[in-house]
Amino acid sequence: MASTSTAPAAPAEPRVNRLGLPILEYRGGKTTLCAGCGHNAISERILEAYFDLGIPPEQVAKFSGIGCSSKSPAYFLGRSHAFNGVHGRMPAVATGALLANRTLHGVGVSGDGDTASIGMGQFVHLMRRNLPLVYVIEDNGVYGLTKGQFSATADPGSVLKGGAVADLPAIDTCALAIQLGAGFVARSFSGDKKQLSALLHAAIAHGGTALLDVISPCVTFNDHQGSTKSFAYVKAHDEPLQELSFVPALEEITLDHEPGTTAEVTLHDGSRLRLRKLEAGYDPRQRAAAVARLMGAQAAGEVLTGLLFVDPLAPTLVDRLGLPPEPLATLPPERVRPPRAVLDAINASLR
Amino acid sequence: MAPAVNDFSLQVATVNGSGSQSSNSVLLRALFQMGIPVSGKNLFPSNIAGLPTWYTIRASRDGWVARKKELDLLVAMNGETAAEDVAALRPGTPVVYDAPLGLDQGRADLGWYPVPFDALVAPLAPDAKLRKLLRNMVYVGTLSRLLELELPEVELAIGRVFDGKPKAVALNVAAARAGFEHAGAFTRPPGLAARRMDATRGKIIVDGNAAAAHGALFGGVTVLAWYPITPSSSLAEALIADLAAHRRGPDGTPSYAVVQAEDELSAIGMVLGAGWAGARAMTATSGPGISLMGELAGLGAYAEIPAVVWDVQRVGPSTGLPTRTQQADLLSTAFLSHGDTGHPLLLPGSVEECFTFGHQAFDLAERLQTPVFVLSDLDLGMNQWMAEPFRYPEAPMDRGKVLGRADLERLGGFARYADVDGDGIGWRTLPGTDHPRAAYFTRGSGHDERAGYSEKGEVYEKNMLRLARKLDGARALLPEPVATGAGAEVGVVAFGSSDPAVRESRAQLAAERGLAVDYLRVRAWPFAAAVRDFVAAHQRVYVVEQNRDGQLAGLLRLELAAPLAGRLRSLARSDGLPLDARTVTDAVLAHEEA
Ligand SMILES: Cc1ncc(C[n+]2csc(CCOP(=O)(O)OP(=O)(O)O)c2C)c(N)n1
Ligand code: SF4
Ligand SMILES: [Mg+2]
Repeated sequence: MASTSTAPAAPAEPRVNRLGLPILEYRGGKTTLCAGCGHNAISERILEAYFDLGIPPEQVAKFSGIGCSSKSPAYFLGRSHAFNGVHGRMPAVATGALLANRTLHGVGVSGDGDTASIGMGQFVHLMRRNLPLVYVIEDNGVYGLTKGQFSATADPGSVLKGGAVADLPAIDTCALAIQLGAGFVARSFSGDKKQLSALLHAAIAHGGTALLDVISPCVTFNDHQGSTKSFAYVKAHDEPLQELSFVPALEEITLDHEPGTTAEVTLHDGSRLRLRKLEAGYDPRQRAAAVARLMGAQAAGEVLTGLLFVDPLAPTLVDRLGLPPEPLATLPPERVRPPRAVLDAINASLR
Repeated sequence: MAPAVNDFSLQVATVNGSGSQSSNSVLLRALFQMGIPVSGKNLFPSNIAGLPTWYTIRASRDGWVARKKELDLLVAMNGETAAEDVAALRPGTPVVYDAPLGLDQGRADLGWYPVPFDALVAPLAPDAKLRKLLRNMVYVGTLSRLLELELPEVELAIGRVFDGKPKAVALNVAAARAGFEHAGAFTRPPGLAARRMDATRGKIIVDGNAAAAHGALFGGVTVLAWYPITPSSSLAEALIADLAAHRRGPDGTPSYAVVQAEDELSAIGMVLGAGWAGARAMTATSGPGISLMGELAGLGAYAEIPAVVWDVQRVGPSTGLPTRTQQADLLSTAFLSHGDTGHPLLLPGSVEECFTFGHQAFDLAERLQTPVFVLSDLDLGMNQWMAEPFRYPEAPMDRGKVLGRADLERLGGFARYADVDGDGIGWRTLPGTDHPRAAYFTRGSGHDERAGYSEKGEVYEKNMLRLARKLDGARALLPEPVATGAGAEVGVVAFGSSDPAVRESRAQLAAERGLAVDYLRVRAWPFAAAVRDFVAAHQRVYVVEQNRDGQLAGLLRLELAAPLAGRLRSLARSDGLPLDARTVTDAVLAHEEA
């Protein structure tokens, strides 16, 4: 590389992460989503998080279903393999891939339609299994890609542009996930850069399924007055539970808080999520209390955000299956084709 | 034809869940151990306990193993069906029956052998539940005497069936002996007898599902995702047992992952995810599961992901007759999904082929980078068949076209869907490959050679034509059809579990009418060139299959030009029972002698 010391006008070297990669190497294709769509902001936060954590993009596998949200993996981490599957079946595809190669960092992007309607079956079973996967729902209360019909996360009373009013109970994917045994459940807002970023970092550092339901306004079909998933509504009703900061595994801990107001969660890889409590008494380790608080928030029209529940030690599907450390996909033949003597014994047992 | 030595079919009519399965296995094994070719067919209800079930055992010195319609002996244990069971018998047929049923009051033209089962087992065990199970071993002893089945072989078979449980073996041997003693007072039915011969030496007895599981084990399967459904569950369960026994390292670490999925959509999704990541992944299901897999199967073909799907067919449509056999998923699997989709099919016709296709399916799926469907059926999968011992796969595994880091360094990059070799098959990379140009974007939407999103008509069409070439090229890679006979005017084409009936029917046509019939058993779709040649070489070609609409004939018509297609005559039939030779013979003659 040419020395820049004699060229005072040269631009500063771009910031690089611990692998020496600039953030450019974590970018994807140019987005084709609407300008201002919440999903675009989430893509930015995702790629920043992998960049910050210094995870090689080749070690990440991206999964998605169908929807505007599910298109977004094309717009971040261009150096990572991606599997954009069919509507509502991202969880199964991710499960197979991550069992075949447990060394991959899996990130799944889905929509509220993709997850809470057509994909509900796969969603709840993934939560039960606790597959190591960052699962992001880009939640806008509508089916963006099919032009704005209500999804099952639309709050009752929310109004569509054409005047239709949601009249069924909303499905709270976070409450469901907590109830089903998920180990990391959070809600955030595409417009809250700091909170979303901290949660994404922590989700990536978590060992099992990390569910992030991110309210992500659809500027084209659901950002008007009367919508409960508009930027304005979410800003006005956001009730953050904590102020969050992420402390990477290698960093020193500096304690500068009043006892009782701050807590720390140590994650699978040794990094920590620091929570400065904004709501006294909320403990994200209490499953039943978390579900109750979410139901209360729903009734009160609050958008409760932050780390809702965490159990960093919950056994994952990979633990339960006892998989070897290396990928199943590329085990050498001698480890997957038993020797001749085994077949001889099988034949003998059938004589 | 009158029954004869080592040539008879006997049926046990009993109640589901009464434990008769063990007794029937003992009978089957004892005949097999005496060197007599046998086959067993279980006709069972969709129910766990309490409904009628029939088990038929055929002994055939000539080695015929298809179902035989005519019965030569009946064991009537079930009062509910006894009247009907007996009414269907030909005059002179011996009937062993539970004495309290008083069946001999009916037809006078049958041979009656009353056995007081309850009285005979009473002294053997105090427990009523156990006595109920032992009743069934009593008829085994009785038949042993009536058919001159060697008692030591029966006792040896009991030892095998109740493997490693000395108490159970002792009790069952006692029950069989009680039945044997009781039969001492009977006059043996004329003509019916089992005599030692030497036609089963070295052979094994196994069901197709277990054979398929063993095949997958040696095929190096690493991911199994499944959802239970009859008649495929025992395939997945046998594989799980195989993996647990033979695929753990010295420290117990498994070299596999098994997931019982929440449904078949999820099962195929997991298999595709795993195949995409480079694993040998499979699932096993039946018709209803196949229907659910439709959308993802199409994605697998279009995004070009290896996968192995076993369809152990049962009677449809819908829930149909879930415990009966059929070959009616040929069309729904060949074209499973919307759009111009086609999937290679493997059509095993024996338990040996369930084993070989069990491992070859992975080579083909990875070579062709596409889901491969293996179509077995309930008859092949769940019934017991004699077979040659399984042969160890000698060829190394074919993992298909995969580029690694060193390849990418050499090439500088790659285009996932470019036809660089002219066979329609591109090169792929696996996620996790440590190279900055390794990644590509897998999608079910329109894509160009570099896997980039594209809605351009010409890009789409070019890609679809390449996929068509790839499927066309599969003809040469898939198992060849098996031809028997040459030079006759008449030909028969069949596949899968129809094979034993067709082979026996050829012998009947030759012996009874002097009609020579050549036979081609297809073992895969798309068809090899030899299929067309076979049709071209015969004036009339009967297409025998176990369904209503003639699905194999339909597939043949799609591929044959007009004059050849006109030579096909569909002999499709299905009542849910395994095909028998007489049905084929009668159907062929109805055409030939019309
Ligand atoms: C099987 C199937 N049914 C319907 C569709 C049509 N469809 C495409 S996207 C979509 C909804 C997407 O909504 P969501 O997941 O909320 O994503 P968003 O576009 O809002 O981000 C639907 C119904 C489809 N692609 N596949
Ligand atoms: S339609 Fe809505 S969800 Fe889709 S890209 Fe536009 S703003 Fe985003
Ligand atoms: Mg949506």
